[in-house]
Amino acid sequence: MTTKFTPDHEYIRVEGSTGIVGITPYAQEQLGDIVFVELPAVGKALKKGDEAAVVESVKAASEIYAPVTGTIVEVNSLLTNEPGLVNTDSEGAGWMFKIAISDASELDTLLDADGYAELTL
Amino acid sequence: MAEMPTEDLKHTPLYERHVTAGGRIVPFGGYALPVQYPTGIMTEHKWTRDNAGLFDVSHMGPSFLTLNTPSGDAEADHAAIAAIIEPLICGDIAGLKPGQIRYTLLLNDKGGALDDLMVARSKTPGTLFIVVNAGTKEGDFARIAAAAGDKATLKRADDNALLALQGPEAVNVMAALVPPAADLGFMQFGEFDWNGTPVTISRSGYTGEDGFEILAPAHMSIALWDELLVDPRVKPIGLGARDSLRLEAGLPLYGHDLDETVSPIEADLGFAVSKRRREAADFPGAQRILAERDGKLTRKRVGLLVEGAPAREGAEILDASGNAIGTVTSGGFAPSLGKAIALGFVPPEHTAIGTKLQVSVRGRSQPAEVVPTPFVPHRYFRKAV
Repeated sequence: MTTKFTPDHEYIRVEGSTGIVGITPYAQEQLGDIVFVELPAVGKALKKGDEAAVVESVKAASEIYAPVTGTIVEVNSLLTNEPGLVNTDSEGAGWMFKIAISDASELDTLLDADGYAELTL
Repeated sequence: MAEMPTEDLKHTPLYERHVTAGGRIVPFGGYALPVQYPTGIMTEHKWTRDNAGLFDVSHMGPSFLTLNTPSGDAEADHAAIAAIIEPLICGDIAGLKPGQIRYTLLLNDKGGALDDLMVARSKTPGTLFIVVNAGTKEGDFARIAAAAGDKATLKRADDNALLALQGPEAVNVMAALVPPAADLGFMQFGEFDWNGTPVTISRSGYTGEDGFEILAPAHMSIALWDELLVDPRVKPIGLGARDSLRLEAGLPLYGHDLDETVSPIEADLGFAVSKRRREAADFPGAQRILAERDGKLTRKRVGLLVEGAPAREGAEILDASGNAIGTVTSGGFAPSLGKAIALGFVPPEHTAIGTKLQVSVRGRSQPAEVVPTPFVPHRYFRKAV
């Protein structure tokens, strides 16, 4: 199991040919209290970098981008009623969507944990 | 507002305190101010509703307008100073009692709002205490000084610190800090002594809660800030919660819900057009404003309860059949309600309470309903003057 990161603070945890996507603890800390999460439709095809979801804090809306090209296979519907899970457990219960990865080689263009850690120093 | 390079921003006397407390500093009205402290907007908002929040609002524009040659007759001197400011605004200042504050609007010739402000009658005859907004203060002060000519002098006090203490516990905190100030009623102010330092305290604010605003000399402001925060009922609150609190209270924000094109009637601030001024029709833009008051208007500010994602400033408002009818001017999430709320302008035929409208958020329509404002009831402490 590998986890990769984007410079926009999304993580993708790879499990076979599927990636579980959310935002990093650093990102949730920067955004503050999340009050609303808009999730993509299951079945939606996205290209790497496309807008996939939106998280709203009290103050502002922020876009979440698809870290890789693929198709949405599942979304975390718990976030509809409990958007605060993104704050309390962004890498666990606060995941946002699962994407069927079209081209695994795109993962190589993303940051590894050390590379991402350097970015947020 | 546009982001400014941080080095060009002004600092309030309390800037170092905000940094030390872990405040996230952002540009606002030309100043570097904390949008939030580490606990976050939601916690700060709720703390203010339940306890007492302390805000640094030193970016605002407090000032004193004083008659140059007072006669010594308190009533005549007040009439003289009121006559200087009244031609610029729609409020009755002549009718204020000593220590009384009035919310009013500075208007252009077309009846549009150049600013919203507080004008108060000092107990010192021939003196007004005036507080304007940060983003408009240079223009406002120039306008007031020009009207004063050689009859009066406008003394800016925006190099002082202005603190707001807001929330249900504010009065108990004040009773320990400056006991006589706790006897003020809503929209009353006075000069007080705090440990030998002269302070101007008003019972007013921008949260819908009971509370006070304290004007203190800059060199004493850190001591005052620290003393207030020793009280366990008081926590520092940033601009983010200040905005969500005022939005729940249905209070307009200049530059967003009010601008040079918006009249007091359109903004649903008809109460700020005082009866005496209305009857005399002697304020800027009176013709338009009085006609609008009689129903001849094209848009009016309403409160909206929004279903789903918050509709932010700029979001389109649609009628039930999807026709664009207006725009959201302030919107966000209401922490006290757990729902999205907004202020916006729509034609008068869509302003009845209960009207079902829609808002467009990221290209999708969401239900919205016209509701009364304030969204969260005001809890002011009113008292006869």
